Amino acid sequence: MADNVFLALQNNSEAQPIIEAILEDNPGAVANESPGMVKINCPGRLVVRRETVEEKMGRKFDLQEIHINLISLGGNIDEDDDELVIAWNT
Amino acid sequence: MTIDLKTTSIEPLRKTFDHIAEKIGPDKAATRYQEAVWGLQPIVNQHYRPTWDPAKTLYDTSRTAVVMEDFDDLIDPRQYYYGTWTIQRGKQQDSQEKNFNFVESRGLLTGMESAWKDKIRRLIVPLRHVAWGANTNNSYIAAYGFGGPVCSAAAFQMMDHLGIAQYITRTGLILAENDPKALDDAKALWMSDEMWQPMRALVEEAMVTKDWFELHVLQNFLIDGTVHPLVFGKFDALVTQHGGAAYSMMNEFTIEWFAEASRWVDAVIKRAAQESEANKTHIEGWIAKWIPRVQGALKPLSDVAFDGEGDGAIEEVVDHLMTRAGKIGLDL
Repeated sequence: MADNVFLALQNNSEAQPIIEAILEDNPGAVANESPGMVKINCPGRLVVRRETVEEKMGRKFDLQEIHINLISLGGNIDEDDDELVIAWNT
Repeated sequence: MTIDLKTTSIEPLRKTFDHIAEKIGPDKAATRYQEAVWGLQPIVNQHYRPTWDPAKTLYDTSRTAVVMEDFDDLIDPRQYYYGTWTIQRGKQQDSQEKNFNFVESRGLLTGMESAWKDKIRRLIVPLRHVAWGANTNNSYIAAYGFGGPVCSAAAFQMMDHLGIAQYITRTGLILAENDPKALDDAKALWMSDEMWQPMRALVEEAMVTKDWFELHVLQNFLIDGTVHPLVFGKFDALVTQHGGAAYSMMNEFTIEWFAEASRWVDAVIKRAAQESEANKTHIEGWIAKWIPRVQGALKPLSDVAFDGEGDGAIEEVVDHLMTRAGKIGLDL
């Protein structure tokens, strides 16, 4: 599965809206729950959109806040204020 | 010897309380907000009717014309429960306190022209009584409303308004170099000056409005929705243009709060209007009934703020409010 990118987040109430947002914005994403952690695999490209997270959270969200609960990720990153995209540069 | 580390994943039998699972489905993780506000409303076993209103039960859905299948649907998009709300307001209080200290310790208002200071005294300081009226009205909504989400959010709105009244008081005191007479003068304006009487009449009528959802529309949508953009939006910008940036600093919380609270106000009205055509008609009727009164009450304030040319500002503010109403699905 070399084409998969992934994002692993702590499974807590702060990360819950982020996880929900990712699953909503990336139809191909699959969440695997491990103890204390949620690892989200997605073929090709995975995007975290600030707006969707804000809607789920009910407050303003700075994409950098994701690092508080981010455990690991796999893929090349392209980020700006509105989106964090993980994909493999070929 | 090698040791294999294995993890065992234990699936919890229940992800949340049963009454929450009934609303969102058994497999979804509930948010803290949902767990904090849903199912709080007592609905059964109300054995005794209140002596002050024996026609109704203690908690009664008929205290408003709005009918909801489940009042727990009137949720707050900010997802405030006691914890999140106090943390957020605590942060804002720290920042606001710094602003006041900064303005006061450096005497930033001393250089302001007296004509502008006088305008703030006439227009802003008496607004503490309007904010107190809003506090009382939201207290009524929290007390007589139905459903945990709307009542708890109304209680936050109530305390927010008390905070705003206190901040306005601080501004008035700083402007008057801490002479408390400034507050007595503002009260005298509120009680007897011509310019404040239509607004005082409106606030007092709101206080005796019995239907709590009508009061929500009147106080939180119409009164706040016009007074704040006019006074803390347009007038604030005008003062800033005339060397009053320090004054605007003292309104930081109020301006930020209005944008935030409007999201809750709109979401509640939008959800109630979506529920049924009858609800929508009631809400539109209340807006049509009160908007001329609100415009009338703003007129003298706007004239003082913009030197007799207040009509244009009111028109813009009302237009903007009607756009808000359109966005939440009302036809006006």
